[in-house]
Amino acid sequence: MTALLAAEGIAVDLAGRRVLDDVDFSLNAGEIVTIIGPNGSGKTTFLRALIGAAPLARGRVVRKPGLVVGYVPQRLEIDRTMPLTVNRFLALPRRAAPAAVEAALERVGVAGLGRRQMTALSGGQFQRVLLARALLTAPDILALDEPTQGLDQPGEAAFYRLIEDVRRDIGCAVLLIGHDLHVVMGAADRVICLNGHICCEGAPTVVSAAPEYRALFGLGTQGALALYRHEHDHQHDHSHGHDHSHGHDHDHSHGHDHDRPEDAADAR
Amino acid sequence: MTTATDMTTTARKTPPMLDDFLARAALAGVGLGLAAAPLGCFVVWRRMAYFGDATAHAAILGVSLSLAFSASPTFGVLAAALAMAALISGLSGRGMAADTLLGVAAHSALALGLVAVSFLSGVRVDLMSYLFGDILAVSMTDLLVIWAGGAAVVGLLAWRWQPLLAATLNADLAVASGIDPRREQLALTIGLAIVVAVAIKVVGALLIGAMLLIPAAAARPFARTPEAMALIAAGIGAGAALLGLAASVAWDTPTGPTIVSAAAGCFVVSVVWGGLVRRR
Repeated sequence: MTALLAAEGIAVDLAGRRVLDDVDFSLNAGEIVTIIGPNGSGKTTFLRALIGAAPLARGRVVRKPGLVVGYVPQRLEIDRTMPLTVNRFLALPRRAAPAAVEAALERVGVAGLGRRQMTALSGGQFQRVLLARALLTAPDILALDEPTQGLDQPGEAAFYRLIEDVRRDIGCAVLLIGHDLHVVMGAADRVICLNGHICCEGAPTVVSAAPEYRALFGLGTQGALALYRHEHDHQHDHSHGHDHSHGHDHDHSHGHDHDRPEDAADAR
Repeated sequence: MTTATDMTTTARKTPPMLDDFLARAALAGVGLGLAAAPLGCFVVWRRMAYFGDATAHAAILGVSLSLAFSASPTFGVLAAALAMAALISGLSGRGMAADTLLGVAAHSALALGLVAVSFLSGVRVDLMSYLFGDILAVSMTDLLVIWAGGAAVVGLLAWRWQPLLAATLNADLAVASGIDPRREQLALTIGLAIVVAVAIKVVGALLIGAMLLIPAAAARPFARTPEAMALIAAGIGAGAALLGLAASVAWDTPTGPTIVSAAAGCFVVSVVWGGLVRRR
């Protein structure tokens, strides 16, 4: 199968600091890939590099000619000085037929909101409108950066179900940065565990059993902590002198902290 | 600064219809208002107010340079405004806060321009007319430059409208749709430089920023879409120009500042109206 998109040995610097190094990645048609990793592990930067929004310090990203990416950013702040209805937003940058716009809104479960101002939407409605805009472009890839941020748990679960349905309908690949591990991993064909580099990747069950994954996220139970202690000296096969201070040098006192909220620093 | 009374002696060599200096002034003001206000919407949406000021203040430097080299002030202003815009675009995002950098650039450009003008000992420069405009002395040639420049700006905005809006909303979203935000930024920068070049005759370097910002801000409460806001802003800009001109003739006040005061009046009315509508 030919890849829709492939990254070859990419590195990205932000403010003089290397936040992403030596990443190889490829995405096939119809695949759901979930990216997980701690705060500041370069998840957003990785996605931005793949869509061409972050300049590469090394390596290259190859996209299939004519590739359409429907991107849903982590945060979209609409300046209050800009009047913008949902319909007008959905027509950026390319106008679609009114019937298609109606259908897209209905598909994501917010039919009839077309004349509402974007700034008047609730968090869940806003995310659904962002998804509708991405769908209108008939994308080969849906790229979603923590699309459920700010939603409550039922809202989050409903949103992920919607993404799965959409993928089944239009057959696009999905590249998703995850927030809640359990929710996102269930739907994924492949999980990538990122921390400045790719720590491990594979099917969800494979990754959740991988020592690298456990080292990053812990196991969350007392019983598992003993197991985890045995495993924390795992070795990486990276030769680039990765700085372990922001990587696997986890503090045992809160190394298994599952519920740590993703904060804004991650977006930078 | 030229006021209505001392303009009665203006030489008249223009076609009959535009013979009257007031008619030319009105057309110049309307032309500027129509072009500056839609561009001003982007200045408001992108929070580029200081950027506009820095570009406008560079105009004085452009005037002195063009007089030193006996070139046309319009081209001198255009070149200086473009150079300033390129400079601050290049410097921004290199560690210094954007508003600090732009503030430094805006004030330095104005100060340097005023110093440079003082070196032109052999040339008589009516500095006040460049600082505050001289709309009542607009010639037929000036009028042509203003309308050609205005048409170029409106044409540029119409051509780049969709990608400009997408890039203004979110740069990453634009990139994912195949739009280069830097190119759209360049289009805005060029538009801004043209507006500065044509506005210096009408309201002067110090108040160009006002003609960009105030009509756009006044249009906001009345608009539900970006297009509506740009059109309403253009209407307010043109209306403020006519209103200000009429008021300056009636009360014998400096015309450029009176036009800006009229725009400010529109803004106050719009804010009050917007507040009343929200409360209902």
